[in-house]
Amino acid sequence: MYLVTRVLLFVPQVLVILTIVFVLMRVAPGDPVTVALGGQRSPEQLAELRAAAGYDRPVIVQYGEYLSGILRFDLGTTIVDSRPVTQIFAVNGGATLTLTLAAFLVALLIGLPLGLLAGRYRDTGLDASLRVFGILTYAAPVFFLGLLLQLAFARGLGWLPSSSQASPIVLARVPSETNIFLLDALLAGDTEAFWNGLEHLILPAVTLGLLLSGVFLRIVRINLIQTLRSDYVEAARARGIRERRVVVQHAFRNAMVPFVTILGLQVALLLGGAILTEQTFNWNGIGSQLVRYLDSRDYVAVQGIITLIALVVVTASLLIDIINAIIDPRVRY
Amino acid sequence: MTASVLSVRDLRVWYGTERGPVRAVDGVSFDLRPGETLGLVGESGCGKSTLGRGVLGLLPRGAKLDGEVGYQGRNLVTATPREVQLLRGPDLGLIFQEPLTRLNPLLRVSEHFEETLRTHEPGLSKEQIQHRGIEVLRAMGIPPTRYRAYPHEFSGGMRQRIMIALALVLRPSFVVADEPTTALDVLVEAQIISILGDLRRNFDTALLFITHNLGIVAEACDRVAVMYAGRIVEQGPVTEVFARPQHPYTRELLRSTISLATTGLHYIPGAPPDLVEPPSGCRFHPRCPSAMRVCPERFPEPVVVGPQTVECWLHGPDGLIPADGRDPLVREEITVADEA
Repeated sequence: MYLVTRVLLFVPQVLVILTIVFVLMRVAPGDPVTVALGGQRSPEQLAELRAAAGYDRPVIVQYGEYLSGILRFDLGTTIVDSRPVTQIFAVNGGATLTLTLAAFLVALLIGLPLGLLAGRYRDTGLDASLRVFGILTYAAPVFFLGLLLQLAFARGLGWLPSSSQASPIVLARVPSETNIFLLDALLAGDTEAFWNGLEHLILPAVTLGLLLSGVFLRIVRINLIQTLRSDYVEAARARGIRERRVVVQHAFRNAMVPFVTILGLQVALLLGGAILTEQTFNWNGIGSQLVRYLDSRDYVAVQGIITLIALVVVTASLLIDIINAIIDPRVRY
Repeated sequence: MTASVLSVRDLRVWYGTERGPVRAVDGVSFDLRPGETLGLVGESGCGKSTLGRGVLGLLPRGAKLDGEVGYQGRNLVTATPREVQLLRGPDLGLIFQEPLTRLNPLLRVSEHFEETLRTHEPGLSKEQIQHRGIEVLRAMGIPPTRYRAYPHEFSGGMRQRIMIALALVLRPSFVVADEPTTALDVLVEAQIISILGDLRRNFDTALLFITHNLGIVAEACDRVAVMYAGRIVEQGPVTEVFARPQHPYTRELLRSTISLATTGLHYIPGAPPDLVEPPSGCRFHPRCPSAMRVCPERFPEPVVVGPQTVECWLHGPDGLIPADGRDPLVREEITVADEA
């Protein structure tokens, strides 16, 4: 019952987001064609392009077209290089997916145990330093943190490559099947290319992962402090359950319920951070494409990319709620 | 007479606050024999629950404990946390006031039993654990079909019976019941009281029954201890204490009881004292109808009156009371306190 309501809510949620994206893109002065190509083409050519793209029609008609396009999975064609926006996702989506998943994993591996420690040893020196760590990683600009890591581990120690998804030669020799480089390397049976790709993934994944881990740490800590105070934790102690088990099975597990709920919101932070990380590490994903099209003021491309990112965020929050219902038996009703 | 299961001597619990230490329990002594039920009564905030928690070593962060809790030749106050943890469950049990939030919402009832039994009796097989859990639940009137259900699928009364089953599955020799029926309706209350009665008859469990319901004490307890401002002011057999209360506070408390025969409501004027700066001498003297000049001057000594022990100057010892000490207390400070 809960899930049916939740899935039905998905529709208005998406509609509101799409409308906001559309309105924001139209609030900017001038039509997309003029903004992107103004000064480079003659006024007659511009008018022709405008008519071809449909920008001479009423806004409401354009809005209807935008929505029906999304239903057909058509997000328009970029103005500067006449590429379908969906193709950007097919080609560059894999790189972003690899980066965000790896960063998410890094954030979980760092944020969960550290949050557990900070909450368990609350108000000690350990807790204080972990909280400072949490604030610093969240507040440090991604590109700055990325540059520091590049300086230390690539330039300084020379342990890891500083940018790109793989070495140029390796990139050239692995055929693109899925557009997810690591997967392609495995499909081609090229383990050397796979390790090369993994090596290149470490620094960007840690950069983006650290940003998110600070948030995770703080959410886990505060929720753990709350559940450690709860009645069932005292009751477990009264039954003589070992403190370690009380903390993990009773307090930490219950602290995960609100944590998973908030995870949905963090997907937005993750994707936002991915745009900056991709820029810093010359990572050819959707983020670096978005920045490229923003530079050339291609509103159609920007609108299409933002639309899809918004859809991903909303879908992720739906998935999170479904996962939550599986974890917490009380939500299922 | 059999030896005590539990012997508490001069137990003190205090919490640090910005204004200074709060002396929640201030020098309490009592003994409990096997199969005996001691009722602990008093107003809210007099330290009843803190005393129960202190005995089991379950005080919240920042609380300090001092004195002696003698159990099987050990002093639980000075024992390591690990030692006390291993005693909680198989030796010392606790039943709580609010059953609704005491079970972990993410774990099935069966998982609560598995966890508890595995911790204290590591040798048990899965079948033995299930058998023990289902048996004790059945004794509490919970059908075996509900063994694998989640806590939210039970009513408050059922959850309290599950909590009791969880405490009893290890057969502890001493159980603190902290207002176990306050949150439940009267029918469930009677049910829980009779379960606790069976317990001491069948297993010789000693019970510290914390409540503010004097009717339950009369019904279910052998002895009663009356607590006021962190101290036990009167202690003795229930029938004696209720028939011939020796401390003015006990008398006032008994007069305040509401029963079907009650025609007018009685209450004790004033409020329980501030435990950071308690009144001088006897803590009850500002509210006491029989206060004497000696009461605010000196702390009363425990005096044996018949089968009871009382801390009240009315019962002497005469040698310690100064010449005009028995004159009634003239209290101008009461009016000041009232205005404040």
